[in-house]
Amino acid sequence: MSILISADTKILVQGITGAFGAKHAQLSLDYGTQLVAGVTPGKGGQFFEHAGHKVPIFNSVHEAAAATGATVSVIFVPPPFAGDAILECVDAGLDLAVCITEGIPIKDMIRVKRAIAGKKTRLIGPNCPGLVTPGTGEGSKGGCRIGIAPGYIHKKGHVGIVSRSGTLTYEAVFQITSKGLGQSTSVGIGGDPVNGTSHLDVIKLFNEDPDTKGIILIGEIGGSAEVEAARWIKANCKKPVAGFIAGATAPAGRRMGHAGAIVGGAEDTAAAKIAVFQECGIEVAATPTDMADALLRAAKAKGVSLS
Amino acid sequence: MNIHEYQAKALFEQFGVPVPKGAAATSPEGFVTALASLPEGPTMVKSQIHAGGRGKGTFTDGFKGGVKFCKTKAEAADIAGKMLNNTLVTIQTGPAGRKVQTIYFTVASDIKKEYYLAVLLDRASSRPVIVASTEGGVEIEKVAHDTPEKITKVVIDPAYGIADFQLRQIIAALQLTGAEAKNAAKLIKNLYTMFWETDAAMVEVNPLITTPAGDVLALDAKVSFDSNALYRHPEIVALRDLNEEDPKEIEASKYDLAYIALDGNIACLVNGAGLAMSTMDIIKHYGGNPANFLDVGGGASKEKVVAAFKIILGDANVQGIFVNIFGGIMDCNVIAEGIVEAVKEVGLKLPLVVRLEGNNVAKGKETLAKSGLALVSGDTMADAAQKIVKLVA
Repeated sequence: MSILISADTKILVQGITGAFGAKHAQLSLDYGTQLVAGVTPGKGGQFFEHAGHKVPIFNSVHEAAAATGATVSVIFVPPPFAGDAILECVDAGLDLAVCITEGIPIKDMIRVKRAIAGKKTRLIGPNCPGLVTPGTGEGSKGGCRIGIAPGYIHKKGHVGIVSRSGTLTYEAVFQITSKGLGQSTSVGIGGDPVNGTSHLDVIKLFNEDPDTKGIILIGEIGGSAEVEAARWIKANCKKPVAGFIAGATAPAGRRMGHAGAIVGGAEDTAAAKIAVFQECGIEVAATPTDMADALLRAAKAKGVSLS
Repeated sequence: MNIHEYQAKALFEQFGVPVPKGAAATSPEGFVTALASLPEGPTMVKSQIHAGGRGKGTFTDGFKGGVKFCKTKAEAADIAGKMLNNTLVTIQTGPAGRKVQTIYFTVASDIKKEYYLAVLLDRASSRPVIVASTEGGVEIEKVAHDTPEKITKVVIDPAYGIADFQLRQIIAALQLTGAEAKNAAKLIKNLYTMFWETDAAMVEVNPLITTPAGDVLALDAKVSFDSNALYRHPEIVALRDLNEEDPKEIEASKYDLAYIALDGNIACLVNGAGLAMSTMDIIKHYGGNPANFLDVGGGASKEKVVAAFKIILGDANVQGIFVNIFGGIMDCNVIAEGIVEAVKEVGLKLPLVVRLEGNNVAKGKETLAKSGLALVSGDTMADAAQKIVKLVA
């Protein structure tokens, strides 16, 4: 088991003919992901070829989904067109749209989020690394890799990871794998202030997934998403949870790379979020190096095996 | 992106948000022209820098106050001369302060009462929110902390825009009636339109004032814009004042590097925003002080790494460098080659600790070892951080 995606999930790529989209489509194919279609308006009828794979390209998400049965899209289109790409997935009734694109105007995302409220399609991102459900092959091949995360650092297992930051997700994944454990699914929800799926949404899914035995929650300064997740965990989640918050030394009012990583007041600082984590029984990692160990401490305290 | 008060007020006027009559100038000759456009009488002289706390600031030559009330225009010209090209230190500028290169003169308004008004993003609902308070002219954070009941927040549905009943809610909360209520409603509606149409990240009016004549005016204006949306606002980009930005940050933006200067002495070069933030944190955790935030991005080339090295070494406070790379997709060897190349070009005399992990790491470590560079390798992020802190101490 896993959350959101499994080895059988069929995905399509919006923006497969761009350099960035093409590179990661290739890596997903190499990983063994069921990448069944590409979408680039005006290039329908062509094929995306890589290492023996011949992936058909369609003019629209509707056509691609109807012809191939794809239920998930990963979006690599440039920022001015990315909002439109998300809406197209929703209109086509996909289960999941994963938007990798960084730099979408906030106003576009405010409008997109308003437009997709109540619709079937779940949005992950934007400005996110995507998600990985590892497979059982060498270097976790045979799993489902959606986005830009390195597949080979994963290992099939029982730790769920959710983070706003790509590289910190990889750190956590790598540490868990290095300890001989593995991941059920790792999810990057993105660093923008307006995004689709929240920390809490993913935590709820991990909580319900019988195959996820422990959770690493990685957050950063800005907003209150981590605090909401932590309070829900305290009230509802019996699984061991470790947490880390980046940005303790960030000066107030400056955006630290991520559009959403900005201290706005006293409540969205790293110190304030860490205090809430501690209050909610989340084992806090003092440094990023400590993330896997923190989860092991939390698991030991609850008498839970993560393997 | 931030703009100056005088620029923000020009935008306000364009969108029908009333402001006191004013004019900006950048030289003593300009003062004459600017003041000639204003009526004789009480005049405000306002230093234009991108930082708050100007009124309570002090110039480095001891002159007090970056915002001054003057009884006459002649006095205003005299005071402006003391501020121009002088360096103003406020609670937000840091000890170095900012050089004042533009002076804004405005008619000094008769103030009946001060209020607070802002439009910004409400992250919890992913919608714009209007924040209003009867407590204006003071720090809103303090009001929020001491008397939260005096702050009203109204979330706007982006599909509809601000509704009339919501304007009535805000007006009621501000306890305005009659002509004041009518004028304020129009102002708030126009301010929201400006926020929405210009892709602003935040519009703050503190204070908003009423006058004995029943007028409602934005006495101050603080506006910032969503940098992701600047591509569709050339008119906003034209307002950028490079004098207000750190030269190293300007240089970094040319190479698409996310760089923020800090006041420590350990420079960091990292891939990924989250990792870059936590690299600063871990330096602090082990007793050091980070000199910067620097994210070279996921697809860094050798050229980018070289440019990044030059920028961090351009900071005179730097006494050591910490390179922290988790190469997921990024090839560690590309980073290693970039480091070797950069050191060859700039000549490195400072301690350098490198932590490489991930894709093609063995080859990357080999490249560094073969280069003969005097660098220290760290196994984990924690190990590397402790090493650089020790080397710099």
